Amino acid sequence: MNNKYESNKWQEVINWVQTRSLFMLHYCTGCGAIELPPTMTSRYDMSRFGIGPAATPRQADILLITGYLSTKTLRRVIYTYEQMQNPKFVMGFGSCTINGGMYWDSYNTIKQLDKYIPVDLYIAGCMPRPEAILEGFLKLKEKIETGSADGYKRYNKEYEKYKKNQEKVLGEVKRRQ
Amino acid sequence: MILNIFGFLLMAFSAMALGLLFIGIARKVVARVQKRIGPPFYQAYLDVFKLFTKNSITHGFIFDFGAIMAFGGMITTLFFVPVGPFVLYGMNGTLLLVIYLMAVAYLGMAMATVGSGNPLASVGISRALTQMLGYELPFIVVLLTLIYSSNTSSIIGIVQTQQSGFMNWNLINIPIGTAVAFVTLLGLMGKKPFDAPIAPSEIASGPVVEHGGKYLAFIMLQHAVSVVVKTALFVDLFLGGGNNIFIFIVKMLIVWLLVTLIGSIFPRFKVEEGVLFYWRWPLIAALLQAVIIIF
Repeated sequence: MNNKYESNKWQEVINWVQTRSLFMLHYCTGCGAIELPPTMTSRYDMSRFGIGPAATPRQADILLITGYLSTKTLRRVIYTYEQMQNPKFVMGFGSCTINGGMYWDSYNTIKQLDKYIPVDLYIAGCMPRPEAILEGFLKLKEKIETGSADGYKRYNKEYEKYKKNQEKVLGEVKRRQ
Repeated sequence: MILNIFGFLLMAFSAMALGLLFIGIARKVVARVQKRIGPPFYQAYLDVFKLFTKNSITHGFIFDFGAIMAFGGMITTLFFVPVGPFVLYGMNGTLLLVIYLMAVAYLGMAMATVGSGNPLASVGISRALTQMLGYELPFIVVLLTLIYSSNTSSIIGIVQTQQSGFMNWNLINIPIGTAVAFVTLLGLMGKKPFDAPIAPSEIASGPVVEHGGKYLAFIMLQHAVSVVVKTALFVDLFLGGGNNIFIFIVKMLIVWLLVTLIGSIFPRFKVEEGVLFYWRWPLIAALLQAVIIIF
């Protein structure tokens, strides 16, 4: 299956275009959101890589989780992620999404984002600078081009696992489209 | 017959290509105004291609129908606007027809918002229709003045009255009307001082809030065609049209760049401020121009 996917020329063209046009939805829960305005505006200007902000989940390709997630906001992130259309990519931003960061012993934040939604790429740091964010976007582009940014496929395949983890912290998660 | 269909298709596709190119150039220009490097000029093509490769979700038949109606309405409008030497219809009354047809695209978007049921989309489309009420009044007054002064209501007829040289352009003959029409063009295109309907940071891009994937691609193509239609209409009516397609496109590009530059430095009017603005100064100026032309 994987080999067939890689040898498909048309898929390569699609991947090439997708790396050059990415709409980003940033979910600003934590302090990391403050690094995004300089990344977008004239100082660092991410639009020269073809990355622009999207207004709604329906239009977006990348979901950028900027910082810690409390259990309350995790529910909204899951809704947002499920409203996005395939192919979709998730980037964890800052150490809070990797291991909890400075909230490692907090009672109401989640520690590891990867348990609940599939993360394609992490940007380490507390907080990462705009240069690090751009570096992360370029790495994500490489992963898309080689076809290894397959988080949305993993989510479909291992849906039961993710659902079990989600329901463990949230109780029931209502699915709506 | 076959040749006609081929002509229609050719015109539609070349208008889409030209409109996307214009949008890409505008993004680059706005980026330079804001001291950014900006995306490459072909970014709009990549965006549309990528959106067509994405999955998309429908919200029922009315949603699909609205998206197609918005796209089809704009394409239909294109067939009645002469673009350089390409004139598909030259009969009398096309000017009034075009004004009516341009509203069809908005009505299609309104149907799509009804289908999606998103409150932000309803807010956006109600703002768009309210603002239409504002800019159409001075625009219609200018157009009636134009029809009176050139004695015809076909667009190609108006182009022909301005043929022999620069001094015959309506830009020279009715200068105040041209200025008013330019200000209404900003509203027609939803450019910056009058972009309350699609305000991305307040109502999450308004009417297109539920459009994802292929639906958004259709909306972007519709926007591209609308850019071509509206700039071509302005060039036809006020800047003398053109027998040569390249000269015509250069004129369109100048109008589009002016609109973009003005749009890139202004903040946004609230919708009621926008309507009040149109009903105050542009309307007074348009009426003044009408009085000057008639007497």
